[in-house]
Amino acid sequence: MKPIYMDHGSTTAVDPDVVRAMTPYFTEIFGNASSLHSYGEQATVGLNASRQIVASAIGAHPDEIIFTSGGTESDNLAIKGIAYRNQDRGRHIITSNIEHPAVLNTCAYLEKHGFEVTYVPVNDRGLLDVESVKEAVRDDTILITVMHANNEIGTIQPIEEICILARDKGIYVHTDAVQSIGKVPIDVNRIGVDLLSISSHKIYGPKGVGALYIRKGTNIEAISHGGSHERGIRAGTENISGIVGFARAMELAQARFDGDCEHLRSLRDRMIGNILKSIDHSYLNGDLEQRLVNNVNIRFSYVEGEAMLLLLNNKGIAVSTGSACSSKSLKPSHVLEALGLAPEEMHGSLRITLGRENTEAEADRVVEALIEIIGKLRAMSPLA
Amino acid sequence: MMYNEKVMDHFTNPRNVGDIEDADGVGEVGNPTCGDMMTIYIKVKDDILTNIKFKTFGCGAAIATSSMVTEMGIGKTLEEALKITRDDVADELGGLPPIKLHCSNLAADALHKAIEDHMRKKQ
Repeated sequence: MKPIYMDHGSTTAVDPDVVRAMTPYFTEIFGNASSLHSYGEQATVGLNASRQIVASAIGAHPDEIIFTSGGTESDNLAIKGIAYRNQDRGRHIITSNIEHPAVLNTCAYLEKHGFEVTYVPVNDRGLLDVESVKEAVRDDTILITVMHANNEIGTIQPIEEICILARDKGIYVHTDAVQSIGKVPIDVNRIGVDLLSISSHKIYGPKGVGALYIRKGTNIEAISHGGSHERGIRAGTENISGIVGFARAMELAQARFDGDCEHLRSLRDRMIGNILKSIDHSYLNGDLEQRLVNNVNIRFSYVEGEAMLLLLNNKGIAVSTGSACSSKSLKPSHVLEALGLAPEEMHGSLRITLGRENTEAEADRVVEALIEIIGKLRAMSPLA
Repeated sequence: MMYNEKVMDHFTNPRNVGDIEDADGVGEVGNPTCGDMMTIYIKVKDDILTNIKFKTFGCGAAIATSSMVTEMGIGKTLEEALKITRDDVADELGGLPPIKLHCSNLAADALHKAIEDHMRKKQ
């Protein structure tokens, strides 16, 4: 049977249309955008057009887009860049306890270098309370960095409200929108955010490319040094083919937005409904309402995630898990921990992230497979 | 794939799953925090393990080692079975990923506990 990929929160296949857009930039239009000859000029045309597309997709000005190598670099640049440049105003940063490691570990790094970080906890549905963010604000707070949507449980945070409270106090707000782009409408001015990270490979674009939106007038320091690429904020020859592919993926995401969201939401609700109905002791992780249209994260009592994942893989089904046993660190997911789950509940959690190409028939096949696999594992579980 | 074929075979087609109602000894190891829990049930006749069954909550390695230790133990004398080490189980499976050697390779311990339980009951 045809394999089923339902791990789009990890990465996506590159859309053939994106590949077509990129192809000439490997062999024909291969110039360095910094060169003055016609090769460089052609590359610059592609670069500028891409910047225009990415900017307009999020309601930004092209000058406000810095191309990077992806979400992790964008997060690093945003957080370290703001921290270094604004440390004379204060050395306090606010974030949440369910951020992506790219944010959490950058914050932890800054803590070792004289900055203080407050990790505001989410509630048991994985949502941040704006009031508790407000309470964390101090006179020396320079940055609030809160993800737009969570990568594991798909919860969407009240980033607009956080921006309102920050603006009154002159605090910069950064959001990691890597998971939400293409699934939640994003207009940087409507949100009111100062910095926003996005990545190409989660939206059917190539890996190794992303962007950081930096609102005009934001004081930020470069964190890598070299040539004067990307207005001196991000040195290094631009990855033109990747950037062109990223821009094409952004265009497609915009054009297909309504259809994609409707399709994904219907598949998501069908799967959540069928799983909770047909498998006893299964529970949804994370809020149902404030949730990405493609995220299904369910915990199954008495069974362990890696075992489920491997048995699904044997049936050609790819998903992911928050179980410690599947992680190289052997630590359970900090996101599931933040929801207040007991260790055995975290071990039995599966994340299914749907994509454009998934069908109802596939959704039903995965639920059938889950029923069989969980039955088999529970039959050998001493806890069941 | 992180596991070899033999491990996958024991994981997907585990031998001797279940419990023994009138077991002569029961051994439990692990805890839900670390993600692996095993219960081993044994039947003993004339100091020989005539039957072994297991129930395991855990990852692929935890299930595969449980299955393997039942195969290794059945037919052995209690004394021989007490000499089966964690490494023996991993070796018999053709090796485990290094990260799994400690956390999920508890099956030999569970078997030893079941044998100790049996010896305590006999006294």
